[in-house]
Amino acid sequence: MKSIQELNAIRERMQNLSKDRTVADEGTTRIVVGMATCGIAAGARPVLNALVEEVAKRNLKHVVVSQTGCIGMCKLEPIVEVFVPDQEKVTYVHMTAEKAVRVIAEHIVNNNPVKEFAVEEK
Amino acid sequence: MMREIALNILDVAQNSLSAQATEVKIIVKTDTKQNRLKIEIADNGKGMSEDFLKKVTDPFTTTRTTRKVGLGLPFFKDSALITGGKFDIKSKLNAGTTVTAEYVLDSIDRMPLGDIADTVIALIMAKDTVRIILNYSVDGQNFCFDTEQAREIMGDVPLSSYEVVTFLKEYINNGIKICNGGIVNL
Repeated sequence: MKSIQELNAIRERMQNLSKDRTVADEGTTRIVVGMATCGIAAGARPVLNALVEEVAKRNLKHVVVSQTGCIGMCKLEPIVEVFVPDQEKVTYVHMTAEKAVRVIAEHIVNNNPVKEFAVEEK
Repeated sequence: MMREIALNILDVAQNSLSAQATEVKIIVKTDTKQNRLKIEIADNGKGMSEDFLKKVTDPFTTTRTTRKVGLGLPFFKDSALITGGKFDIKSKLNAGTTVTAEYVLDSIDRMPLGDIADTVIALIMAKDTVRIILNYSVDGQNFCFDTEQAREIMGDVPLSSYEVVTFLKEYINNGIKICNGGIVNL
């Protein structure tokens, strides 16, 4: 049986690390997942989980993963938008957990957007 | 159409967050004797006017601005009704909204309950200031999770941090498993 009290140990561990916790500012890369009915039905939840997991695994600083409502292109869901400071927004469509892992590795880490998953911006 | 009841819950609870709720209570109650699975999502958000409430399960009613259709509640309603179950929404302006769906448990058309823990976690990550209460029970065997309980322990460390979320997911799944008699997904 797991106890909620186990959180005590996690808190102690994390308070020691809290100095370098990511606080969103102008230098932060934002990854936004569409989580309205259209996104959820198309499979956005596993995409969100994969992004969060990958960012944590790689211990990426200055990266936040957040959720938004309907982006407006429901048939292209799951949609993930990546906002890197001082760069143009990249919109990834028909996302999966596997594609999400590649986006983190290639776009976020190596600053090389995955063109094949992205929608053409006008 | 959603593939899991848990995804319908996530979708409807997202509406609670948009309605500025500070508290969302999710009840999942399985009763094998009565052959029913009952879901309730209750929030203290801004509620709906009587007029809006009357047409809210109409797919051509929505608060979204990007499109003229809103399928969240219609999907949820239909998923319960096709099993021979019931669906109801009660709402009061500036007081909150309660959505209930009742499924016939052994109906061939009932979609699987799915990953309830994941739904709770997604809600915590969506808005880390909202109190989420999960009350899960199977034939009287009960498991309750309340984000306030976790926040009391964590102090100023956000629940949405990866380490905390990973633990909470395991903790919730563990509680659900005990109610289910050893399996995670009912």
